[in-house]
Amino acid sequence: MPQQIPADSVGLVEPKNHHFDTPLELECGRTLPAYDLVYETYGTLNSNASNAVLICHALSGHHHAAGYHSMADKRPGWWDTCIGPGKVIDTNRFFVVCLNNLGGCHGSSGPSSINPETGQPWGPDFPMMTIKDWVNSQVRLADVLGIQRWAAVIGGSMGGMQALQWSIDYPERLSHCVVIAAAPKLSAQNIAFNEVARQSILTDPNFHGGRYYLHDTYPRQGLILARMVGHITYLSDDAMRMKFGRDLRAGRFHYGFDVEFQVESYLRHQGEVFSRNFDANTYLLMTKALDYFDPAREFEDNLETALAQPSCKFLVMSFTSDWRFAPERSREIVDGLVHAGRDVSYAEIDTPKGHDAFLLDIPEYVKLFGAYMHRVANEVENSINSVENTNA
Amino acid sequence: MRDDLQLISDWIPQGATLLDLGCGDGTLLAWLGEHKQTRGYGLEINQDNLAACFEKGVNVLEQDLDAGLGNFQDGRFDYVVMTQALQAVLRPDQILNEMVRVGREAIITFPNFGHWWVRSYLALRGRMPVSSTLPYEWYNTPNIHLCTVQDFETHCYKHNVRILERQVINRHHRSGFLAKLWPNLFGEIAIYRVKA
Repeated sequence: MPQQIPADSVGLVEPKNHHFDTPLELECGRTLPAYDLVYETYGTLNSNASNAVLICHALSGHHHAAGYHSMADKRPGWWDTCIGPGKVIDTNRFFVVCLNNLGGCHGSSGPSSINPETGQPWGPDFPMMTIKDWVNSQVRLADVLGIQRWAAVIGGSMGGMQALQWSIDYPERLSHCVVIAAAPKLSAQNIAFNEVARQSILTDPNFHGGRYYLHDTYPRQGLILARMVGHITYLSDDAMRMKFGRDLRAGRFHYGFDVEFQVESYLRHQGEVFSRNFDANTYLLMTKALDYFDPAREFEDNLETALAQPSCKFLVMSFTSDWRFAPERSREIVDGLVHAGRDVSYAEIDTPKGHDAFLLDIPEYVKLFGAYMHRVANEVENSINSVENTNA
Repeated sequence: MRDDLQLISDWIPQGATLLDLGCGDGTLLAWLGEHKQTRGYGLEINQDNLAACFEKGVNVLEQDLDAGLGNFQDGRFDYVVMTQALQAVLRPDQILNEMVRVGREAIITFPNFGHWWVRSYLALRGRMPVSSTLPYEWYNTPNIHLCTVQDFETHCYKHNVRILERQVINRHHRSGFLAKLWPNLFGEIAIYRVKA
């Protein structure tokens, strides 16, 4: 619980909900007749709606990116390190929007929400989502909020993939695209890890073919395992060595299968907490969306052609110890953009923190990301001033 | 802007595409972008310089020159520029090859180790020369491959790199009569335009 809200926090925030009645056609061929999107906003939209920034969330993320829902909250939103007054994404200058993706489990329509046709939870009947579908739904939210063009669309990991998809599918609707710790598509190894996570859920006896809601249970063990596997890929070998080493909880071997090493205890705890807060069907759906992501596919498997579509400017960032989406993967995006003659800047942050680094307060990262966002904000403010001068 | 950068910018035509190796805080790219509508990228590894480029809106990629330019295709840029960095890379010969491969032309500047003052410093004092163009001590200098105008031109000749233009200037960035006559003796900074 925050004793008092820190000065550089957006403070207490309230999620908003929008119901969409226009059917959304999906890549899988199905149509979602109606749906809800839950989102949060921080900062103030300026008079010509030119200072809006969209934050796209990663695999286990949601709409609550910054601030607190109540004074009882133990932690602020998931990207509070970067979003707030005076922070990298400065809410004194930007109007920040973050939503829970379709198929999610934090308020937007998803497998755990009620299918109006049956009156039962959607469960496995909720249509499969892709990154492209998410972007299409986000466009509709932008329309509702009166945002014709984002000053920037920003995301880390799976969020970075959404940002990239925005730049390809809606080039006229964003000025800057910030892609952090992402990849132009998943590797076989990435998909393999996702498949292990899915199998652990699918084979849990409490999964009940995805209709566990009706049995008043959930595949707890499967979710725990899925998260444990995932979590290993978010940290680096170095980060784990520094954090746990071979430390023992009780200081000696017990020659059994209970928790002995600190790293075991940590992973079990992370898995346990996650299993209580995340829906198994959503996890399945989001890992599949990751696996399907491959924007080059629409352009005869040519990434350069795909990256010739955008007209915005790019910032791409990676982290040296990230082995989930390693710097080489970000450089594939950069090389494609350079080949296509697009405006792009690239920074490789030297850190032992692994994939999770994009969420952390790392000085070099904050400095470079901040410098870029400073420029984006300046561009927004200069364009307003020039409009006002022309009118005067 | 530094005078040597001014000289370089005179050589670059309107609308050219550029790659600036070791672009620093992006001054040259920003100036050329604004005044000559050039497009391009800088390569840089220093954090403060990267941040400065980000703020200026100059495209900059964090990339170590010693790792080569393998990610750029042949003839991708009209000009590849490298100012005051040739002497600091691990293999100047390889980066020069890469520059004329990636650029239709390359522009290179370096401090001339054949300048009379450098020669006399070493000859008379018997110590590694320190000057305003070579401001480091022997133990902390990033300049690991210093060369003379003569060395550079011999290398270009041997490796089929054509010299299209040469300017040598003194520390005040002026090109005097003596420097024109005896560049290897009176030039402090050498500026070349070359191609494969």
